[in-house]
Amino acid sequence: MTHTQFTPACPLVELRQVSHVYEKGKSTGHTVLDKVDLTLNANEIVGLLGRSGSGKSTLLRTVAGLIEPSEGTVRFPSALDGQANVGMVFQSFALFPWLSVLQNVEVGLEAQGVAPAMRRERALKAIDLIGLDGFENAYPKELSGGMRQRVGLARALVVDPDILLMDEPFSALDVLTAETLRTDLLDLWFEGRTPLKSILIVTHNIEEAVLMCDRILVFSSNPGRVVAEITVDLPQPRDRLDPAFRALVEDIYRRMTTRTPKAPAQEGLFAGMGMAMVLPRVSTNILAGLMEALAGSAYAGKADLPALAAELQYEADELFPITEVLQLLRFAELEGGDLLLLPPGQAFVEADVDGRKHLFRQQFLTHVPLATHIRHALETGGEAGLSARRVRDQLETHMSETFAQQTLRSVVQWGRYAEAFDYDEKADRFSLEDVV
Amino acid sequence: MVFFFEDSQGARPLVRASRADRYGVSLPDIAAFLLLAGAAVLVFHGASAMDQPLSQLKSTPVTLDLAQLPEYALRSTLRMFAALAASLVFTFTVATLAAKSRRAALLIIPALDILQSVPVLGFLTFTVTLFMGLFPGSQLGAEAAAIFAIFTSQAWNMAFSVYQSLTTVPTDLDEVSRQFGFSPWRRFIRLELPYAMPGLVWNIMMSMSGGWFFVVASEAITVGDTHLTLPGIGSWLALAIDRADFGAVGWGVFAMGLVILLYDQLLFRPVVAWADRFRFEQTASGQAPRSWVLDLLRRSRGLARLGQVLRQPFVWLEARWPAATPRRISRPTRRAPSPLGDALWAVVLGVACLFALWTLGHYVAAHLSLNDIGLAFGLGSLTLLRVVVLIALASLIWVPVGVWIGLHPVWVERLQPLAQFLAAFPANVLFPFAVMLIVGLHLNANLWLSPLMVLGTQWYILFNVIAGASAIPGDLKEVAQMFRIRGWQWWRQIALPAVFPYYVTGALTASGGSWNASIVAEAVDWGHTHLEAAGLGAYIARATAAADYPRVVLGIAVMSLFVIAFNRIVWRRLYVFAERRLRLN
Repeated sequence: MTHTQFTPACPLVELRQVSHVYEKGKSTGHTVLDKVDLTLNANEIVGLLGRSGSGKSTLLRTVAGLIEPSEGTVRFPSALDGQANVGMVFQSFALFPWLSVLQNVEVGLEAQGVAPAMRRERALKAIDLIGLDGFENAYPKELSGGMRQRVGLARALVVDPDILLMDEPFSALDVLTAETLRTDLLDLWFEGRTPLKSILIVTHNIEEAVLMCDRILVFSSNPGRVVAEITVDLPQPRDRLDPAFRALVEDIYRRMTTRTPKAPAQEGLFAGMGMAMVLPRVSTNILAGLMEALAGSAYAGKADLPALAAELQYEADELFPITEVLQLLRFAELEGGDLLLLPPGQAFVEADVDGRKHLFRQQFLTHVPLATHIRHALETGGEAGLSARRVRDQLETHMSETFAQQTLRSVVQWGRYAEAFDYDEKADRFSLEDVV
Repeated sequence: MVFFFEDSQGARPLVRASRADRYGVSLPDIAAFLLLAGAAVLVFHGASAMDQPLSQLKSTPVTLDLAQLPEYALRSTLRMFAALAASLVFTFTVATLAAKSRRAALLIIPALDILQSVPVLGFLTFTVTLFMGLFPGSQLGAEAAAIFAIFTSQAWNMAFSVYQSLTTVPTDLDEVSRQFGFSPWRRFIRLELPYAMPGLVWNIMMSMSGGWFFVVASEAITVGDTHLTLPGIGSWLALAIDRADFGAVGWGVFAMGLVILLYDQLLFRPVVAWADRFRFEQTASGQAPRSWVLDLLRRSRGLARLGQVLRQPFVWLEARWPAATPRRISRPTRRAPSPLGDALWAVVLGVACLFALWTLGHYVAAHLSLNDIGLAFGLGSLTLLRVVVLIALASLIWVPVGVWIGLHPVWVERLQPLAQFLAAFPANVLFPFAVMLIVGLHLNANLWLSPLMVLGTQWYILFNVIAGASAIPGDLKEVAQMFRIRGWQWWRQIALPAVFPYYVTGALTASGGSWNASIVAEAVDWGHTHLEAAGLGAYIARATAAADYPRVVLGIAVMSLFVIAFNRIVWRRLYVFAERRLRLN
């Protein structure tokens, strides 16, 4: 079985209608993945792009066999025994701190029952391939992050996998190191020095995806669905400054931020409606900072998202929640990849500290249903205040425990800033004490 | 053992290969050989003495002959290690079972929690009878009873530590193991055991320290008409106390100190230095612990070769495991638990509990009256009062001292070994001195026997406070300095909140230990002088000496109730509070 660039696509992995639901008590589970189809062919690098909570890591682990999907099938059509040989690289490197580099690389072979001499030979070869020679006897804690991820790569490659699964492999590294590792991996891939037939990489970095992948699947979050499939035809090696490259990045930004066009601005921003909306954790300082940046002379109230991300050194993944909260509060509006500052936003930027708080309180109590609900309950409920536990229980009927926790924290933080209500952590209660 | 050799061999394979051509015998070889061979002879000698007929104990009673002391020290030490081995076996089976089976955990975890807080000294009565029955006419029964007593003081915290490690194995490493299709055995030695190692080693050391207390208490026991005196340091001390022989007590204490020092240097230091690599952190930090014995052993090539030979069976075993069936191994916990099975299991447990309750009630009703129960609770309250007052006093003294030491790194280094020794030192050895003082100064025994309860346990408070104070971040200290925060404000806003989480841990251990110690501390002898304080501890001690089983059961049950209630009502709440509000990180 030889694969060249010109053979018709031969599927290595086929996922059909894969859903994953996290069971949670009696109420309906939280759907992480919703009926996802994925085909991985030989000779391609496929990227799974999406923000946190879009289930892309879950999908990767489903391919790895670490997670059994709640529904749907995973098949490896070209594997003889139906069990594909995969290697996996982790965001956290996942090295055994008590084993040396050599032992870490050998560990997979050892589990396969490879004889010691053979094991040593293959491990040394992999270490050599990945540029780790001289570090065989070092322990992970003696290595830099980049070197550790090289160990992770060597360990994944040493078992001669058909498919390399990578879970945000470069996101824990600094920019320079990440770039070097990316280039080295692409070199190995194009020079065919590994037995790899395909690479599946999870990332939230749009540029990384465009730089490496032949095909990119864009995921929506809550629940995770494939919303776009983009084929990248740019020749390798790719140049970030190439206009075609930039245009593609821009396009993906747009796809990741555009909602169904008919829906009113706020709905569909976050999973769930009204009270059930899952709110991200975004500090009011960051909201104010972004609005100030938008109002600044560089943008004058209208900014191109990729440019803004680059300027502020944010990953798309980090920027989206902020823009979405601004949209929710009607401080800003998103239009075709551009972020527009709305009049309340402009007023916010120009106001003094108290004026800002006043404005924020207005928008917060009007446009965040959960805030409206809490404030209303407090105003009609009298002195005793409102048990946060009750609110949490209500939220948990709509979303997972973690999301409920996160949503509540966001509302508490925003509510405190807006002086819309107070929260007493010890008593776990909302109240109107010290509130205008 | 196998891990040691396996890792030392794998860790520096290239260095090893380059050395393979040298076959000379080096100084480290000789030293390592002598150490190991000496240890082997001692173990063999001590162990063979355990199986003598029981009559031998009568014909060669324990004497205060100094020449016998090394032998006694050896026998006591062997008992400690036998108990430790039993504890390890217990730990790995029970903790693994609890970690792998949700239903087993349902039963095991609360049981461990209770056993941890139950006064194990009270068990002696039953275990002596039981083991003597198991090995009639042989010393082995008495030995087993003593070893079991030590075991009951060691096993629970070790099992807890391993259980906690097993249930908190980092997700990414778990995924690597599953993705490579590790066999259960490989998963255990490559992932679970190394991950659990640092906590386990620390708990082993704690357990060994605690164990000495029970060696002293369990080697010479009287249950009704059965007087048992096993040759050992504990019996030596008991005899010396009985004869009011000051010098002999001193020698016993000296021998014990020497043994503690020896196993610390020869065993624990090397183990701690070796286990350092298993600490789960990705960055090298601080100074790694070192041990000269470990360095010596590592330098010995002969030993490395021996290690390779010893490794063979394990290599063979590994080769026999079915080779990895890669992937497709979903976690057992993933599978939805069957509600029917859960319900069945709950019913089984419930029936067992009801049966136990019925048996207990039946037994109590047959042998005891309501008055007895009332008396036990009354005495329990007295002992509770003592524990509370003493822990408070000890805290008043040791918190400031600990904070001061913790803030001066030089003193931490100087005093740490001393504090460790003090914690290992069995405080019950010192009780006779208290008796002499009380009798000599005509003091009230009810009041002045009380401090003995915290004599050995107060160090846990000191330990933990030192650790807490030395962990106060530098920037916090600088802020305090810049704003000239001192005096009460400094204590209230910086020192006390910072050490509080650590203090709670220490005080919890100390209070548990004090309850246990009350059994020996509320009734003390020196020669023919017998002093007793009114309390639940003295009640149990008296019932034990009279082989009054119903009252022993009652005393233990009431004490357990007190300890558990106290833990739940006071300590656990403080702990949750500290975790939530005061963790510095």
